[in-house]
Amino acid sequence: MYKYDTYDQAMVDARVEEFRDQVRRRIDGHITEDQFKPLRLMNGLYLQLHAYMLRVAVPYGTLSGAQMHALGDIADKYDRGYGHFTTRQNIQYNWIKLDEAPDILADLAKVEMHAIQTSGNCIRNTSSDQYAGAAADEVTDPRPYAELIRQWSTFHPEFCYLPRKFKIAVIASETDRAAMRLHDIGVQIVRGENGELGAAFYVGGGMGRTPMIAPLIKQFVPLDQFITYAEACLRVYNRHGRRDNKYKARIKILVHELGKEEYTRQVEAEFAQLLSQNIEPPLAELERIKAQFADPAFATDLSDQLDRSDPDFALWVDNNCVTHKTPGYIAVTISLKPIGGIPGDASADQMRLMAALAAQYSFDELRVTHAQNIVLAHVRKDQLYALWQALDEAGLGTANLDLVGDIIACPGLDYCSLANARSIPVAQKIGQRLAAKEQEIGELKLKISGCINACGHHHAGHIGILGVDRKGTENYQLLLGGCEGADTSLGQITGPGFDEDGIVDAVEKATELYLSTREGGERFLDTYRRIGMAPFKEALYG
Amino acid sequence: MKLLTGNDLKSGAVTWWDGVQWSLHVGDAIDVGDHADSILARESAAQRVNAAYAIEASKDENGVRPGHIKERIRALGPTVRPDLTLKPADPEAGQWVI
Amino acid sequence: MAEVQFRFRDDEAVGDPGVTVDSFGAQSNAAAVRLEPGDEARDLLPHLARLRLIEINFPSFGDGRGYTAARVLREAGYTGELRAVGDVLVDQIGFMRRCGFDAFAPEVPLDPVDAQAALDRFADVYQPAADGRVPIWAKRHPEVQGG
Repeated sequence: MYKYDTYDQAMVDARVEEFRDQVRRRIDGHITEDQFKPLRLMNGLYLQLHAYMLRVAVPYGTLSGAQMHALGDIADKYDRGYGHFTTRQNIQYNWIKLDEAPDILADLAKVEMHAIQTSGNCIRNTSSDQYAGAAADEVTDPRPYAELIRQWSTFHPEFCYLPRKFKIAVIASETDRAAMRLHDIGVQIVRGENGELGAAFYVGGGMGRTPMIAPLIKQFVPLDQFITYAEACLRVYNRHGRRDNKYKARIKILVHELGKEEYTRQVEAEFAQLLSQNIEPPLAELERIKAQFADPAFATDLSDQLDRSDPDFALWVDNNCVTHKTPGYIAVTISLKPIGGIPGDASADQMRLMAALAAQYSFDELRVTHAQNIVLAHVRKDQLYALWQALDEAGLGTANLDLVGDIIACPGLDYCSLANARSIPVAQKIGQRLAAKEQEIGELKLKISGCINACGHHHAGHIGILGVDRKGTENYQLLLGGCEGADTSLGQITGPGFDEDGIVDAVEKATELYLSTREGGERFLDTYRRIGMAPFKEALYG
Repeated sequence: MKLLTGNDLKSGAVTWWDGVQWSLHVGDAIDVGDHADSILARESAAQRVNAAYAIEASKDENGVRPGHIKERIRALGPTVRPDLTLKPADPEAGQWVI
Repeated sequence: MAEVQFRFRDDEAVGDPGVTVDSFGAQSNAAAVRLEPGDEARDLLPHLARLRLIEINFPSFGDGRGYTAARVLREAGYTGELRAVGDVLVDQIGFMRRCGFDAFAPEVPLDPVDAQAALDRFADVYQPAADGRVPIWAKRHPEVQGG
């Protein structure tokens, strides 16, 4: 994985001192909260319901063991012993003190981490495929391109006061595991006609109150023009994105209002202009970064067999492990969704344990997934049983990847000042209610957001739940049929909302209808797409 | 009744105006009546509170009860982590917010 | 009009305030113009040779259109004064310098010590912009021509 050189290290060290200075000026009263807010946000520091919240960037979701260990230590030293992994592959701490935030950044800088641009109207942390480097179907590892974007976007002088936040995802497989087309820019690294690598650009996707699937605006950008093209996309947005209404300020609205053709035409004109400015890093820089993402030293001659005689282990393997490109290895997802637990939360001890297990079993590397789980990407099959035993002992062995218990949920009104309703209690109740049936139900991606901002990706859930405020009480709308990936679709609202117990009943009814109607190997989503909304409405409201 | 609430500038902790200073406990909050704006202006300028605002609340034999669920959760803590609320010994404390 | 607090050029400053883009079109002798966030900087490109001062207004610091306007003008070869006016804050001037601004007339004067610290903060930069600073990638690859 990527290692900082002296330039990268100097950058984050300088940022720590800058933020220390900004915090000092705020506490001394030299700047107002209105002036300080965008500064702290650009360092991921929010004022939430109960305290300050710090969002730490995990670039493209990849962490070393030492970094994960440090995250655990920070949870103990500065927070209340836990952290929350987010749908943007980051981690959030919920109980931060303003005057300690610079010290946390200093601790992070020691392990080559930061909170730069994890909030604010700027280019955010780039997300990617959690199986990068392990997936059998990738044309290349997408993370070097994401790292190139990280460096280009860090303190980009033109793009730190955009109309609104800006999120980029990079993948390099036909199977999209990063919800790429639901980002402001989605990049897919592809092979061109002569086998050379290039980038397909999808622009103008997003969730929030106006969900949109990004259209393809450029089939193939050569790698020696990659950053220049991204810069052109951003410049058109910065220049013409709406600033009169924050709910219409995302690039998806600009692309929608201009039309894909006109937006693309403007990008091409800007691109032609920027090509003359020599802003593209040389391919040697991409090669330098790529070298750091070279495959670890996989053993050859390993057996590809697994001893599945322990049924609990076999169940976990079937649910949580996927094929690795190298025989004898397997990619493992550690579920942060214990039955009745808080989706995405991990204690400091669990973080340090996962760090140690990564060092022991997976070349000292971990990934955070957008589904709020952790991946050990390169585990030897002959060591898998030992790993599972260690995980299971620590409460990290839940066998529910992509099942109904593997719920994505935003922090909701328990923590977030933007939320209208609580998300976590709903996730807990649904998980408990359907735990006994989740293996029978099979793949069912359930996603809960506590407000229209859609941090819980409810539009993209096979079942989505949106919490709203109805005259001061929590109310939950149900959506069906959303999906991320190659066949991205947006969920449709079933009808009137439900109270907290009602939404749990409604989800159960929807799954019962599915179980009684499914044909062959249909997943919940397949059945919904075949039979449509009407039978579900009948079951829910009839 | 009308209460004033905000967050402590340094710690971020939720605080309530008790007539003299900012308390961690909503039960200490007083009705500020028509004086909300003047108190907020003075206290914000003095850096004793951050992002403060006025809310509606009621008072009965069980104490002060903010009018909106968001403020009740602010007053208690996260309902999904009773151990981290202001009433860690009461696992049912979360019922109060509903 | 706020005073120019910082100026990073040696030529004589233009005394007249910039005229609006609309009236600039009619006044063929004006040497100074003032761009608002909604104005199109490229409308000025045919007139760059006679312009000695372009003021770019930031009515609110959060509106970042002026950063693009500045870079567009510099990319087109404008060498006159580029002055940031309005809600110009100490934590923005580093970005503004990088986009090609060489004068600052903040509505509320900045603390000069804080301003100098902000400008000196980062020894290196990741990306080229309008200030001629050599990006980190070029320093990493001195062997690459043009890099």
